[in-house]
Amino acid sequence: MPRKTERTLPPADIAPVAWRPSASLSALRRRAEIAGTVRAYFAAAGVLEVHTPVMMPWASCDPALHSFSAQPTGDGAGPRGYLQTSPEFAMKRLLAAGSGDIYQLGPAFRAEEAGRHHLAEFTMLEWYRVGFDQHALMDDVECVVRLALPALEFERRSYAELFHARYGVNPHTAESATLAALARDAGLELGALQADRAALLDGLFADSLLRDDRSGQALFVYDFPREQAAYARINEGPPAVAERFELIVGGLEIANGYRELTDGDEQAARMHAENARRAALGLPVVDVDPCLLAALAAGLPACAGVALGFDRLVMLATGKSRIAEVTSFTGTAFD
Amino acid sequence: MASFSTNQFKLGLKIMLDGDPYSIIENEFVKPGKGQAFSRIKVRNLKTGRVIEKTYKSGESVEAADVVDTEMQYLYTDGDTWTFMNTQTFEQLSASAAAMGDAVKWLKGEELCNVTLWNNEPIAVVPPNFAILAITETDPGLRGDTASGGTKPATLETGAVVKVPLFVEQADLLKIDTRTGEYVSRAKED
Repeated sequence: MPRKTERTLPPADIAPVAWRPSASLSALRRRAEIAGTVRAYFAAAGVLEVHTPVMMPWASCDPALHSFSAQPTGDGAGPRGYLQTSPEFAMKRLLAAGSGDIYQLGPAFRAEEAGRHHLAEFTMLEWYRVGFDQHALMDDVECVVRLALPALEFERRSYAELFHARYGVNPHTAESATLAALARDAGLELGALQADRAALLDGLFADSLLRDDRSGQALFVYDFPREQAAYARINEGPPAVAERFELIVGGLEIANGYRELTDGDEQAARMHAENARRAALGLPVVDVDPCLLAALAAGLPACAGVALGFDRLVMLATGKSRIAEVTSFTGTAFD
Repeated sequence: MASFSTNQFKLGLKIMLDGDPYSIIENEFVKPGKGQAFSRIKVRNLKTGRVIEKTYKSGESVEAADVVDTEMQYLYTDGDTWTFMNTQTFEQLSASAAAMGDAVKWLKGEELCNVTLWNNEPIAVVPPNFAILAITETDPGLRGDTASGGTKPATLETGAVVKVPLFVEQADLLKIDTRTGEYVSRAKED
């Protein structure tokens, strides 16, 4: 029978617990400095800082986003909710309530995202400007990004222009079969979505633009195909385009902005379409946030909004290659 | 049949593509802000060494390749195939010229090699990093010429031809880096 022993220290053969931060203290200081300059910028511009709950009763309907559901650890009593994939809906409710320009610097949560540039919990800088269109908001994004990267030069190109330069076809009018052939040439394996226009465009966009690029070039891509509209307003054109932009720096996506959809009926239709897509993909269908739809019905002012990956911005400003190097701890077990 | 989902992708994972075994040498999670997530991988064809890129929608699965790396001792060749022995089980396997690749240039017998087996067939052979080989033919050595930096060709006992410094003599044994095929130094008899 093994002898019972008392131990006050762990045995020496157990690996030490990796308790230290994943970021250096100097990176964390730089991060705090950048956050300070961002807050000062918005204060000077009259943009109000807000905090909306990280847990809400509704999950995102976007079929490409997976929310965490939060459950009590007690006897089962207590509220349930979802960790928010972005503060967008709550911030739009503030706008509809007359807040005027607002910004928020806080955590967002996305399940099933892990990599050098993805953490399940990350920090998002999201802001809304009343009366702005996508180009005015791009000007604003430039000012914010320059707070961290003062020497950066920005270029603006339409999605169609970039797509044509890379693939020789017009993304707004090309047949899906043409896009599928381009995807095959690019080595894209989309499985059940191999004929899906939105997935094909996502794949080709990632193939051509989302690649490490040492030049560190800052590129705004604007006027997305309408399949990629998400919650952006559609400009009927022709060609019809979504008034949406992305900022890509050195092949890394930094920000995604819209001239916001303000039509509540259209918003509801898009969310129901997203849920239908979730069902088709075998993903759980989620409740549509009724407060967002009621707020839009009451009247969202014409505005443009953008979400910026704050960790990525700090990563570029500190010359790191993984966002874990600019966040204190990576938090989730699968990291 | 075993398969791997994109969330299991990692460096060194062996997968089947278009009937050939591949090894993952780069793996990156890529997701456009508002769209589909992807795993972008660079893979090396274990038969040809060719590197290609593939991008999989998250959640897709890829067939696993039954590939293992084994240390085996090179025994002999009949000119068409090269025979290796597992030093633990004494099992013998034959490798084709395609599987041998450049390894044939550096093997004379008894070397312990890294042999990649796919469905228990050798598909790639990596010789030891350094080979000690005798010269069978080279121009007479220029004694003392250790500074000019000039080179001349030398044919080795395995048939390989390497560039050697001018001072090297026909009777010398040479140490060759098999990864680059370059002369390292003169060597002494074991």
